[in-house]
Amino acid sequence: MKELYNKLTLQFNLSEFMQQRPNLAFVTVEKRQLVNLLTCLRDIHHYTHLVFVTAVDWLENNQFQLTYMLHNYENHTDLGIRILLDRGNPVMETIHHLWEQGRVYQRELHEMFGIDFPGSPGVEEPMILEGWQGPPVMRRDFDTKKYSLETYDHRARDTREPEQHMKEKLYPED
Amino acid sequence: MEDIKDITKTETTIEVADVKPDREWRKDDASLMNNELPEEEKDWFADARPRKVMPAWAPIEKFFNWARAHSLWILAFGTGCGAIELRPLVTARYDISRLGMQPRPTPRQASVFMIGGYVSIKTLKRIVRSYEQMQGPKFVVAVCSCAINGGMYWDSYNTVKRIDQYIPVDVYVTGCMPRPEAVMAGFSKLKELILAGKAEGQNLYAEKFDWYKTNQKQVIKDWNMPDYNW
Repeated sequence: MKELYNKLTLQFNLSEFMQQRPNLAFVTVEKRQLVNLLTCLRDIHHYTHLVFVTAVDWLENNQFQLTYMLHNYENHTDLGIRILLDRGNPVMETIHHLWEQGRVYQRELHEMFGIDFPGSPGVEEPMILEGWQGPPVMRRDFDTKKYSLETYDHRARDTREPEQHMKEKLYPED
Repeated sequence: MEDIKDITKTETTIEVADVKPDREWRKDDASLMNNELPEEEKDWFADARPRKVMPAWAPIEKFFNWARAHSLWILAFGTGCGAIELRPLVTARYDISRLGMQPRPTPRQASVFMIGGYVSIKTLKRIVRSYEQMQGPKFVVAVCSCAINGGMYWDSYNTVKRIDQYIPVDVYVTGCMPRPEAVMAGFSKLKELILAGKAEGQNLYAEKFDWYKTNQKQVIKDWNMPDYNW
């Protein structure tokens, strides 16, 4: 996989090559070069399968990290392409013209992280959360516990230490 | 030809003034407004409230309850992970037909609604709708700790914590998840309650209808169904 990386560095602005397993590696690329790199990998280097698109919220760096995982059926290797997005203005190019299933991932990322993909079909439609009016729920600054306590009526709970409880129940005189 | 023309002429001249549009004249103070529905859909649904059913003469009611308790039909709507317990329950291993119970695929034909665990907002919408579409007498058995107090989803943004705030519940079965024996014990308890005439969830829903509706509309933000869809 290092050979492929060396070949790609001639063409693209890559950084941070990370070989996690013999058949799994990650590279980070500039945001504007992503679609070119994915097209090149798909059409020339046999990475024909888009496994998933996922996001990580790096709140401390004020960044979103998107990972596009590709699979090569010729030699059965996985390559993860990472890009970094500004958290204040999370807009990314759509890839649904390369892989049709990309629109589903993009719709999910739009709902969960509020990342926009202009041009992706149906990206604004709610996917899992019907009628959700709060902030995007997977962002780390969304306090789900606070929201839950404010929104729903909680039944009071009794919690007991199992060991202590059984001791009191079985041997009350001790 | 002239005769036919004459007949149509006389028919069209009948006065139909002073009759309000259909929906207006049958509305009274008690009928539901269905405000969230689009204007053209308001006529598709009924606007009557649920009504309390008074028990019959005691010996007759006792016989009715006996009959109800021995013919329970479960609504086979898997609302959470506890629904997986229904499969061994209705098949050969635990065979719940020994207790006189069977699953039915539609709410119109069922009398027991089993809430199998956590209830997200999206599911709650379907649960309310299914519960209201079930014919009375109807009973609710809530299985798993998530339906009782939220369980391990107690801090989740999208899961309701107490199902009894949204629909009335007759029997709770604790556990995460309860074994089929525990669920069977819950159904046996439900039978005892029905025989004693204490499984009155349906009447409770009719009595506190406005309270239940307020609770439901508080969490279901995109309410686009009639207020009471039976």
